[in-house]
Amino acid sequence: MIASVACVSTAPLRLVTPEDRGVRVSQTGSVPMIDSESQLKALLAGMSGVDAVGVDGRCAKLATRSIKRSSKKAAIDLAISMVDLTTLEGADTAGRVSSLCTKALRPDPSDLTVPSCAAVCVYPDLVAHARYVLGPSSVAVASVATAFPSGRASLKVKLMDVADAVDAGADEVDMVIDRGAFLSGRLGQVFDEIVAVKAACGEAHLKVILETGELVTYDNVRRASWLAMLGGADFIKTSTGKVGVNATPQAALVMLEAARDFAESTGHIVGVKVAGGIRTTKQAISYLVIVNETAGSTWLTPEKFRFGASSLLNDLLMQRLKQQRGAYVRPDEFSGD
Amino acid sequence: MSESLANSQLGAFTYDPAPESTGVVRLQSSYGLFIDGTFTEPSSHDQFVTLNPATEEVLATVAQSSDADIDRAVTSARRAYDDVWSKTSGAERAKYLFRIARLIQERSRELAVLETLDNGKPIRESRDVDIPLAAAHFFYYAGWADKLDYAGFGLNPRPLGVAGQIIPWNFPLLMAAWKLAPALAAGNTCVLKPAESTSLSALALAEILQQAELPPGVVNIVTGDGQSGSALVEHPGVDKIAFTGSTEVGRLIQQRSASTPKHLTLELGGKGANIVFDDAPVDEMIEGIIDGIFFNQGHVCCAGSRLLVQESIADEVLRRLVRRIDQLRVGDPMDKNTDVGAINSASQLARIEELTAYGEREGATRYTSNCALPEKGYWFAPTVFADVAQSHRIAREEIFGPVLSVLTFRTPEEAVVKANNTKYGLACGVWSEKGSRTLWVAQRLRAGVIWANTYNRFDPTSPFGGMRESGFGREGGRHGLEAYLDV
Repeated sequence: MIASVACVSTAPLRLVTPEDRGVRVSQTGSVPMIDSESQLKALLAGMSGVDAVGVDGRCAKLATRSIKRSSKKAAIDLAISMVDLTTLEGADTAGRVSSLCTKALRPDPSDLTVPSCAAVCVYPDLVAHARYVLGPSSVAVASVATAFPSGRASLKVKLMDVADAVDAGADEVDMVIDRGAFLSGRLGQVFDEIVAVKAACGEAHLKVILETGELVTYDNVRRASWLAMLGGADFIKTSTGKVGVNATPQAALVMLEAARDFAESTGHIVGVKVAGGIRTTKQAISYLVIVNETAGSTWLTPEKFRFGASSLLNDLLMQRLKQQRGAYVRPDEFSGD
Repeated sequence: MSESLANSQLGAFTYDPAPESTGVVRLQSSYGLFIDGTFTEPSSHDQFVTLNPATEEVLATVAQSSDADIDRAVTSARRAYDDVWSKTSGAERAKYLFRIARLIQERSRELAVLETLDNGKPIRESRDVDIPLAAAHFFYYAGWADKLDYAGFGLNPRPLGVAGQIIPWNFPLLMAAWKLAPALAAGNTCVLKPAESTSLSALALAEILQQAELPPGVVNIVTGDGQSGSALVEHPGVDKIAFTGSTEVGRLIQQRSASTPKHLTLELGGKGANIVFDDAPVDEMIEGIIDGIFFNQGHVCCAGSRLLVQESIADEVLRRLVRRIDQLRVGDPMDKNTDVGAINSASQLARIEELTAYGEREGATRYTSNCALPEKGYWFAPTVFADVAQSHRIAREEIFGPVLSVLTFRTPEEAVVKANNTKYGLACGVWSEKGSRTLWVAQRLRAGVIWANTYNRFDPTSPFGGMRESGFGREGGRHGLEAYLDV
């Protein structure tokens, strides 16, 4: 078979200029206005698919990164500063929240070089108390809202939930999307809710929880990420921590790719939060590796990447001390909060 | 917006060196030949040195086999075939193969370090790919040894006899496993010659064969250069030649074995095309292109060294590709975080440099990663060429290095025509989310292996081999048995 001249593509390929290399946050782009559900659907359906085998393979490879010595020390401190120290139990009390806030401010009272956590994350009725304990510190108060964790309530109730949290002094609101609506194709409804919640947040930052464990496919994760970012999310977050499958490296990878691409096309830098099931330093560092090699330095700050966790903090502190002393200390060296 | 926010730097979080310890390997200062179950001195006492390509340090000296040594090895293999192995039942042969597989697993860390020392490939690859796959091949063919009646070649298929096997330097232990496992399962005895620059892991395998108490002479391992290989090919006592290596040498072997009763299989060069359609899963496709050409420094016969990308997405793909190339960590192969290691030899480096210089002269646009390269050793930074024409040497000849040539197409027909416009036919990749198109393209590609939405995936159950100047015969799977049976 010989190609006839007429069918040969000879388009010159401009090789990428140095200014265009790396992850370039757009200086001229803007977030497209969404006017209708059909426009939103067309936009999301036009996105490239995600190959599950490829995502699994990429994550497996990134998991082999070996982070040692000074890189490990730096990673541990960075991870501590990215923790949203969380308690979301029916049994939560003001006393429990007080001790959590104290812990977030000074994770290791015997070593003041340990950075504070990024935020404390509680239910709306405990926001005022957390605000009171934290005072004017750098540690933010985050509140889950919108009928967390299921999101099964009317929009009216959800907005009142958000207003409640914001009025009580929440700096950040973690909302859940309506997974039922998303899975049944009512994307406009999901979008409108995010827009409404964003408006209700006022100055507060909005984190949109996709609940990737319930979205199941990576295609859904990518589309839900874009949907949330288009709706005005300041952060996209993997999970509530209340379902069978919570944060996974794969979901984080797909969401970070989405956040990176969104920044490149619109100029808006949306943060990513992984939550649920992250308990060890090793896991936390492997997420930082994914951030480092997918979205890059702009996301390697507490402003753009968070861990929603509770027991992770003590493991980070223990590993930090291990790096200093060369040996592990007893778990009882650290407070149990 | 400040510059730091305008550009998000990838890899800004730097990783400290994380070198794998070489303490698990006990190198001898010199190595003999493995003939008749024991290590023996070569008759001429000639030795050559084997280097660590990442440092140019001498690792050891290795015996150069003379014609007399090859004759000794073939005679030993013949005796073992006649007296022992041809009378050993399939179930019994399987026991040895299972034992070898388990010993490879037990000594995997040592073998991985040894492979990386001698070959220059990143420890991540020898640890996660080469050694586990080598063990998997022995496990897989162990399962076939007592089931040959059911392999589809009729009842009681007979082995060929003595197999002379010549393997390349790019996957030294893995290629030894690809050759030995099916040959032994089918009931042949073997004389294996590893490549001159990478003999050490095959000699470690010889120790494993001793540990497994494989009967003496069933496998003989003779080291040496092309002269030794040539002596093995021409030896009248050899019933079967299996060669993996360059098309040039393969052609010579085919000429010399013509008009002899020797059976022959060849696994030769390639110029694989990775075909990217505009509906490909973009992030995974970029990873696949990277894996396709930079895995093992591009020292892969089935490497996806040509990228055929649909014109409508070419600029975007190139932009993402360059970004990913800049991220590749090139350097100390023993570091667990290294992505691209050392070029295997000075001569291979010279060949890569020659062809890439040609690429520039012929008018292609070159981009080379500005990664720092170590001062000592053989290194070549990952490189991509845009604006490559079908007639350029870099689009036609196998470079066998970390160099990618990018071409464009507009329609599926054109993609197929361009992909097939090569003398080779080993492997191709197709990237599309549309299954019907992938199948349509795959049916028209003239290559032995077609990957869909992935590249460079290997499994012992899957046959591997080429068409046209990429050779003939299959390795792996049920098909791989055919190369060692008289059918």
